[in-house]
Amino acid sequence: MSVLSSKILNGDVRGIARAISIMENKTNRTGVSEAEELMKEIYPHTGNAWIIGITGSPGSGKSTLTDKLIEQFRTEGKKVGVIAVDPSSPFSGGAILADRIRMQRHSDDPEVYIRSLGARGALGGVSNGTRETSLILDASGKDIIIIETVGVGQSEIDIMRIADTVCVVLVPGLGDEIQIMKAGIMEIADVFVVNKADRDGADKVARETRAMLDLLKNKDWIPPVVLTIAEDGSGLPELVSKIDSHKKFMHDTEAGIERIERRLNSEVENLLLSRLVVRAWQLWGENKSNRIKDMLELKTNPYAIVDEIIKNI
Amino acid sequence: MTDKIRVVIAKPGLDGHDRGAKVIARALRDAGMEVIYTGLRQTPEQIVATALQEDADAVGISILSGAHHFYFEKVISLLKEKGAEDIIVFGGGVIPDEDVPDLIAMGAGAVFGPGTSTGTTIDWLKKAVAKDE
Repeated sequence: MSVLSSKILNGDVRGIARAISIMENKTNRTGVSEAEELMKEIYPHTGNAWIIGITGSPGSGKSTLTDKLIEQFRTEGKKVGVIAVDPSSPFSGGAILADRIRMQRHSDDPEVYIRSLGARGALGGVSNGTRETSLILDASGKDIIIIETVGVGQSEIDIMRIADTVCVVLVPGLGDEIQIMKAGIMEIADVFVVNKADRDGADKVARETRAMLDLLKNKDWIPPVVLTIAEDGSGLPELVSKIDSHKKFMHDTEAGIERIERRLNSEVENLLLSRLVVRAWQLWGENKSNRIKDMLELKTNPYAIVDEIIKNI
Repeated sequence: MTDKIRVVIAKPGLDGHDRGAKVIARALRDAGMEVIYTGLRQTPEQIVATALQEDADAVGISILSGAHHFYFEKVISLLKEKGAEDIIVFGGGVIPDEDVPDLIAMGAGAVFGPGTSTGTTIDWLKKAVAKDE
């Protein structure tokens, strides 16, 4: 086992931090093998943490909710990892990662590890290294991992492929009940949180969400709707208890196994895709200028070239 | 491509003037860096824990309260204690010129006073991080 893997398993903060950076930067590197070897080593030590996704529109209170969730889980003595994703600039590639402002009071608690990630061009609400980051924190001994997505709109749903329990955060004032009926993010919730519940219209949002849930075909798990005021902690114990109920449901039913199978499936698909792209680009690059010349002279065409590349992968 | 530069921008102590911290955070973002912004009233312990968890290449401290000696010394010594002296510490704010040599002697990489162009800080930081690799 590599030194870095042992550091992760021992909960060494710098080792964990370094490993996460390696995952975040893996697509920058010519060889991805360092990242992959590391994942192979730590994978057998994962599967102990419960992964909670927090998603919702910008300004809906995700970071403040996360801060309060950390507090709740810490009073239960649980070790908590947090992954907070913020958008990267499409122009400079830079980012302001500021979710932790709301969680800083936990930053010097040795049993809490908070990591901010830039989305770096990924459009699904999390970054490409988010899954690996959750595995690293899991292997390092965290009991709970909270993933806060980028502020999302309607269709950024990658969190469902990573989290065990997805909480979708709604706030009053963002639209009528037709918004609630729409497809996408509203379909991935295991728990609905109506935050800023002290504001006008919160009850209406909760009512309309429940009405939408009445139409669910699969009634095995009907996502509960929890009203919270993250700012003062109202509703947080109820939210934690609903997350716990969902965890029990996942443990006790086929649904939990199906979720894990679905996750493994998408993990393999994602890995395959990224490896295939690297390999295909490499093959294309080898003889690019000659092939472009041949295409110009109509000796060959893009379709024939792709066939040839695929054959050689 | 090289790895993205990650910088923690922190405001220790009780002064609430975060304009400078925000300006530099924004400028570093536009220079393609990932800036972890901690917000106001950070303790040295929180700043150092943040730098470690975030795998930061550098920590930028903004101080306008006059307590720069205390905070620089504390942050630098805590980083050493954690075996993280490779993390570059730099700063800005209202810091008298005559105090700068002291801060450099403690281990600060650079101190940028009022009126420094953000370009100067960016160039210095890019070089400092590259040298560190």
